[in-house]
Amino acid sequence: MLRREDAMNSVFYISAAVAILSTVMVITRLNAVHALLYMIVSLLSVALIFFVLGAPFAAALEVIIYAGAIMVLFVFVIMMLNLGERARTQEALWLKPGTWMGPSLLALVLALELVYILAGTGVTPVTPAEITPKQVGIALFGPYLLGVELASLLLLAGLVAAYHLGRRAGQSDSGTGDKS
Amino acid sequence: MASLPMEHGLILAAILFSLGLAGVLVRRNIIFMLLSVEIMLNAAGLAFIVAGYAQGQPDGQVMFIFILTMAAAKVSVALALVLQFYRGFKTLDVDAADRMRG
Amino acid sequence: MRPTGCEANMLDLLWLIPAFPLGGFLLLVLAGWCLPRKGVAAVGVGTVGIAAILALMVAVAFALSAPTNHAYSQQLRIWFSVAGLSPSVSLYLDALSLIMVLVVTVVGFLIHLYSVEYMADDDGYCRFFAYMNLFVAAMLTLVLADNLVLLYLGWEGVGLCSYLLIGFWYREPTNAKAAIKAFVMTRVGDTAMLVGLFLLFHSFGTVQIQEILQRAPQEWAAGSTLALLAAALLLAGAVGKSAQLPLQAWLPDAMAGPTPVSALIHAATMVTAGVYLIARTNVLFTLAPAVQSAVAVIGVGTLLLGGLSALTQFDIKRVLAYSTISQIGYMFLALGVGAWSAAMFHFVTHACFKSLLFLAAGSVILSAGHEQNMLRLGGLRRELPLTFWTFLIGACSLASLPLVTAGFYSKDEILWYVWSSERGAAWLWLGGLAGALITAVYSFRMVFLTFFGKAGTLVTHRNGTAIRVPLIILAVLSVIVGFVQLPDTFGDVRLFSRVLDTALPKVVTGAVSHATEVILQVVAAAACLVGIGVAILIYLKRPDYAETLAETPAGSVLHRFWRAGWGFDWLYHQCFVRPFLWIARVNRNDFIDLFTDAVSLTAGLANDALRITQTGRVRQYAAGIALGAIVALWIVVLR
Repeated sequence: MLRREDAMNSVFYISAAVAILSTVMVITRLNAVHALLYMIVSLLSVALIFFVLGAPFAAALEVIIYAGAIMVLFVFVIMMLNLGERARTQEALWLKPGTWMGPSLLALVLALELVYILAGTGVTPVTPAEITPKQVGIALFGPYLLGVELASLLLLAGLVAAYHLGRRAGQSDSGTGDKS
Repeated sequence: MASLPMEHGLILAAILFSLGLAGVLVRRNIIFMLLSVEIMLNAAGLAFIVAGYAQGQPDGQVMFIFILTMAAAKVSVALALVLQFYRGFKTLDVDAADRMRG
Repeated sequence: MRPTGCEANMLDLLWLIPAFPLGGFLLLVLAGWCLPRKGVAAVGVGTVGIAAILALMVAVAFALSAPTNHAYSQQLRIWFSVAGLSPSVSLYLDALSLIMVLVVTVVGFLIHLYSVEYMADDDGYCRFFAYMNLFVAAMLTLVLADNLVLLYLGWEGVGLCSYLLIGFWYREPTNAKAAIKAFVMTRVGDTAMLVGLFLLFHSFGTVQIQEILQRAPQEWAAGSTLALLAAALLLAGAVGKSAQLPLQAWLPDAMAGPTPVSALIHAATMVTAGVYLIARTNVLFTLAPAVQSAVAVIGVGTLLLGGLSALTQFDIKRVLAYSTISQIGYMFLALGVGAWSAAMFHFVTHACFKSLLFLAAGSVILSAGHEQNMLRLGGLRRELPLTFWTFLIGACSLASLPLVTAGFYSKDEILWYVWSSERGAAWLWLGGLAGALITAVYSFRMVFLTFFGKAGTLVTHRNGTAIRVPLIILAVLSVIVGFVQLPDTFGDVRLFSRVLDTALPKVVTGAVSHATEVILQVVAAAACLVGIGVAILIYLKRPDYAETLAETPAGSVLHRFWRAGWGFDWLYHQCFVRPFLWIARVNRNDFIDLFTDAVSLTAGLANDALRITQTGRVRQYAAGIALGAIVALWIVVLR
């Protein structure tokens, strides 16, 4: 008899595999849009993992904001830049197998170290529980209120910076003078 | 809900993180580098969620929300910078901006 | 032992004698820049003047009160106390140091007074008087010192002031070089003297001079190695400071300093410090007969060397410098035959007439617009009558003109003792006699070339009171000072030697008849007169005869040889300077530099190595961060 927890565990492992595979595809694609699409797949699988781990609010946010807003932003910028086929051939030039060796080695060593640390600590049994959005909300506006305010400040800063930095050079600030 | 050992979730986060790191180190295109950084941030958020799940507290999700906010702000600023970069250097090769060498 | 009565209070003022010039120095150094010229002069001259007055008062008190052992000792404070060595700042007054103090302060005062006008146009007016005051204080410390350490302090102090004052016009490189030459040469002697002081301290365990002099005859046998060594080392110090063979080459170059400096330091006082040292430690020299003979030989050699060199110089100050070397040779000669008080007598007369000659020469130089070459001077006796007469008196005293000058009596006494003393020898006497002849020749050569003949340079400056008064006083002294010590044939006045015999041992003479004495005196007087005659003949009547003589083959060689100070500069250059420069050149890149270079090289190498990591490429920086994280985790893993 398949217990509910075991089924959820297998969902986790399958989603994990999908996430890893699609992440590998993200970093190896030559076309930017392809990479973005694979990224969205990875994010969606991670959202599923969140859901399975009893964090539905985080899952929803992951889908809405991460996959829905941030990735779309990436897509917009890539389309704005309009690089075309030239970028793809250039990527092919840059991504020879030889260039993979060093970074792969570093990443592999890091991963092995982390895995080694984590595997050596034994297995911690966990009692599954779902954490509702209401609990998250109470936590946010309770003890983490300051963090919320700071986050909003950060967003404001990001907003102003993005507007300012994204302007074309020579654009005037406000229409006090004649635009030539 | 899953009764997954915490370590497995963290191992997944570690693997995703190193994949993102490999992406940062190997890709020369700025867009891809930013994408890889997003992967890393996502992996960190996953680690927090796993911790929150292990403790049964909402703190993990709270932390994830903060990470998400920060990632959003960062991406918007970074993409604006990418636009300027492209206008200035006419290429998205990050190695073109190496004037700070010693 | 303190005498009673008001003389005791007088003698207590002894410490003020060096203290006043020292105070003057400090005042001028700290506040002299804000004093007006008159104030600086008042401080500079006033302190030495007060010291002179105090010296006279102390002399009178000393004479009247006659303290025990004819010596007065005043302890001021313990200087330091380390491992059994605790010298104190204490002053010792006996006849010998009293004579020195009187000469230093009185002659010093006159020269300071002279400098008020001589240095009036100079920018370094305040600095000059500060250095001069420091010099007088150091010299007084030297002569009044009770122990060897304090004496050495004064010794070094006068050496320092000599350096500072020779190089007074330091912007001229030659002056600076002359100052360094003087300092380094006397340094050679000073180091030997220091080793001698170490030896004495090691042997006796004390630095008190009187104690050493008392114990030396008891503990050291006459002629023992230790005595010879100690005496020889002290002699080396004296030779250096007094510019005798072989360390005499610095004194002619020291004439680069202002004329009052030459008068005070390099004629009257500092160069006689060596004479004082030998006289003070006479017991040690008596215990080392070989060294004492060496003193006499050095004396006679130097006096001949100095005299012959003086004969060929054209710069008026250089003539006087070589003359000083020569006259101190006479003092050494006297010390070498054991005629201690005769040497001191000659010191006193020499201080008077040599400083007079220097000051008069300074007056000539100042009036002729800083012209020192005698060939370009001439005929000045009409323009500068006072200077002429005082210079003439000084030259007569230097040449020891019979009967009327102080120089005659002192030199005559020396020659007499050289002949008659147990340690004297006939050849030494002959050398002294020849020296007397040569002295007469060159001193009158100076007079004739400068004051007679055709006028050379125009006179631009007339002397004021500050120059005239010292000249007159010193001229008077050059005549009358001799009358305190007359030989048997002229009345047998023994004032001077009687005073000094309380401090110095009497000279031991062999049996010499009275007739011999008269003959010797006549011969000495004749030598002087013959010398004057020769000078008149060559330089007054037929001035071109000297040129003809100098142009003969032998004559020109001798002339050049004597003019160059008997080639000592060349000798030292070959023996010491060139090898040293060669070693320095060869050793230019020695390994010592490697230690400091290694530091800078390492820094450079490390910088170049680290520069490789600064590529400006973001991905490589990211790789660096990843590597760092890996290493950090690895350390955590390993724990």
